[in-house]
Amino acid sequence: MIATVISVPQLIVFIVSVVIIAIGGVGLLSARYPVHAALFLVMTLFGVAVLFIEEGAEFLAAVQVVVYAGAVVVLFLFVIMLLGVDREEITSFAGDTVRVALAGVGVALILAELFIVATGAWVTGAHAVAGKLSAGSNIGVLARSVFTTYLLPFELTAALLVIAVVGAVILSRRMSGVAQPRAHESREV
Amino acid sequence: MSIPGSWYLVVAALLFGLGAFGVLTRRNVIVMFMSVELMLNAVNLTFVTYARMLNDVGGQVAVFFVLVVAAAEVVVGLGIIVAIFRHRATVTVDDISSLKG
Amino acid sequence: MFGSLVSQLPIRLPSISYQAIGPELILFGAALVVLALSATVGRREHPQLYRGIGLFAAVAEGAWSANLLRLIDQHGPSLAIAGAISNDGFSAVVGIIVAAALVLTMLIGPGFVESVAGQGPEFVTLLLLSATGAIVMAQANDLIVVFLGLEILSIALYVMVGFRLRDGLSREAAFKYFILGGFSSAVFLYGVALVYGATGSTNLVKIAAFLSSHVLINNGVLLFGIALILVGFGFKVSAVPFHVWSPDVYQGAPTSVTGYMAAMAKIAAFAALLRVMMVAFHLQLEFWRPIVIALAVLSLVFGAVFALRQREIKRMLAYSSINHAGFILLGVLAATSGGVRDSLFYLGAYSVMVIGTFGLISLIQVDAGKVEGSLSLDDVRGLGRRRPAVAVLLAILILAQAGAPFTSGFIAKFSVITAVISVNEYWIAVVAMVTAAVAAAFYLRLVLALFSKDEAEVGVGDALYPVAVRGGSDQGLRLSTASLVPIWIGIWASVAITVFFGLFPTLLLDLVSRGKIFY
Repeated sequence: MIATVISVPQLIVFIVSVVIIAIGGVGLLSARYPVHAALFLVMTLFGVAVLFIEEGAEFLAAVQVVVYAGAVVVLFLFVIMLLGVDREEITSFAGDTVRVALAGVGVALILAELFIVATGAWVTGAHAVAGKLSAGSNIGVLARSVFTTYLLPFELTAALLVIAVVGAVILSRRMSGVAQPRAHESREV
Repeated sequence: MSIPGSWYLVVAALLFGLGAFGVLTRRNVIVMFMSVELMLNAVNLTFVTYARMLNDVGGQVAVFFVLVVAAAEVVVGLGIIVAIFRHRATVTVDDISSLKG
Repeated sequence: MFGSLVSQLPIRLPSISYQAIGPELILFGAALVVLALSATVGRREHPQLYRGIGLFAAVAEGAWSANLLRLIDQHGPSLAIAGAISNDGFSAVVGIIVAAALVLTMLIGPGFVESVAGQGPEFVTLLLLSATGAIVMAQANDLIVVFLGLEILSIALYVMVGFRLRDGLSREAAFKYFILGGFSSAVFLYGVALVYGATGSTNLVKIAAFLSSHVLINNGVLLFGIALILVGFGFKVSAVPFHVWSPDVYQGAPTSVTGYMAAMAKIAAFAALLRVMMVAFHLQLEFWRPIVIALAVLSLVFGAVFALRQREIKRMLAYSSINHAGFILLGVLAATSGGVRDSLFYLGAYSVMVIGTFGLISLIQVDAGKVEGSLSLDDVRGLGRRRPAVAVLLAILILAQAGAPFTSGFIAKFSVITAVISVNEYWIAVVAMVTAAVAAAFYLRLVLALFSKDEAEVGVGDALYPVAVRGGSDQGLRLSTASLVPIWIGIWASVAITVFFGLFPTLLLDLVSRGKIFY
């Protein structure tokens, strides 16, 4: 009954992006090399960004592409290159059947339960509690909300970014003048 | 008429499941980490869809914060991974299992 | 066009209560000061300066919270900054508990971390930042704010756990903690998203208002969301079956960090859990109580049983902390104001004990010439002769963890069990008491080892310790007197607090009973 009233172009965009997401997701899980996995991740992120646009979240779609696909995945690729691209995973799915089966069945059961309890009632909440989304341009509405209702969380992200910077500096600094346990080899890669 | 929101939510749930499966089964630390990113993306898709269905800006703002957190997490996580493999030659968790449960 | 008209209006910032966010501002400001000073003055030149700043900030934060508590008692609780945080007795009391844990860690930790990991000002900075996250979680009145506080705390802890980068155990612990932490954060967030869809808001008070005015005919998504949020918290407090990371991480992390992590992660996660469950989902009690009961009973039983099998002290204490988490969950599942009070009491008593315990274990490890890492029961055999003061103090703290009378541990266990009995869940109380008895067995085994007569030692730090855990070079392991003084002050303080509140529990009970959640 729904299918009859959906506009065809939107349906096509939806289907295509879902296919992209699916290929990316499954590819990420089955890739032998981390580099391939990273490229599949870009694919999924792109598909999700298209869905964001279709849902009217233009700003988030742009951020998704710029920050996620642009910065985060590049960081991943950078680390993969740093550690060596040609490294294959030694243990893949094949060697670990029980674990894979358990995880698969577990995840499938939980998802199945979610689908059963949610059918027909995915959304039950009150409308426009934090502000109407359709009250203006996407960026304008978001900015208004970030600087009013969500001002404190917005400021808190500052603390988060400070920690990220400090943490990265600490983790990447080479230690000197510290007592070392002898047995652990400190061979440089 | 536009696509019903529940379709998006089903896609998001499946993507979340895929990510969780990846974290639980893959042995490559970088791929495990990417699977977590997959889960976060599924969460974002859920938030955006609910924001549209409820005509509420809160969901989109939540995605905004998730993106910031994810970026911070990636920085620290990759820092840890680089620190590990500066000293070791392999990239799978089986090789770093001197800790046993 | 109405749309463009709205976006032309100036943005009016909400009124900001600097008084309510004072604790965060103090800690975060001090962290920035330490960072700036360490960049300009030098990292190694003035270790005492950084510790002093950290200590001062922690004390100031506690004083601010105490003052806040006094003001709240006079003027009543309120919501602040557009309803994002709740300025009530609960957040003020948790602020005081956080301050206590932070002060003790500032006294005990930096000396060890400086010598074993070479991280001086960085450790102080991360301690201050992570405590900021803990305070945010305690105050948060919005699931998004809870999440941000959680991440501020967790990311700082990931880095601290991995402090000893050259040490395989520490690196691996950091990675394990990180990946499972990220996984649990994602699960938590998915729960938040589903709750948002089911209620239309992430604000706890608004969720409560919606749920009390609407009867959801089909509440599957809501309940699923609540369950996922519980799973997320379960990971953070390491409740069984979400505990898999904790023994490894407890063992691998630098010992002082372990103590801090055990205390602060529990304080923050339980504070947020209590508030979320009591404020937002109190009407769904019938649904989530069985889940919390399952988590509590499993944690109690498996924590005690697995600890019994361990011969490695840090892992044993990890399982014991799982057992403690089970006890604190008893207060959560009661879901009454009495339950909140008892959980707060337990959190306060436990965090002081556990920081002191791990401080003493650090001391023993340094004595034994071990950099960090494992310490087995055999290693401490006969310690009572060699270091009587260390052994006696450790024995007191261990017995307090076991719930021996005349310590705050006894009152803590007793009061959470009363909380469960008050909601007529007698069988859980029985289970809790049985596991307390089982737990007492392994605590006693450790105490007996400390004072056993058969001295297997040849000479401390000699052939007894396998090369793998011995320090390659012993310089750097020497703790200077300047850093030993604050360590001993911290350890004595934690023992004194534990015994004092065991003898005079009403003082602490009065304090925590003012920690009422406002909604």
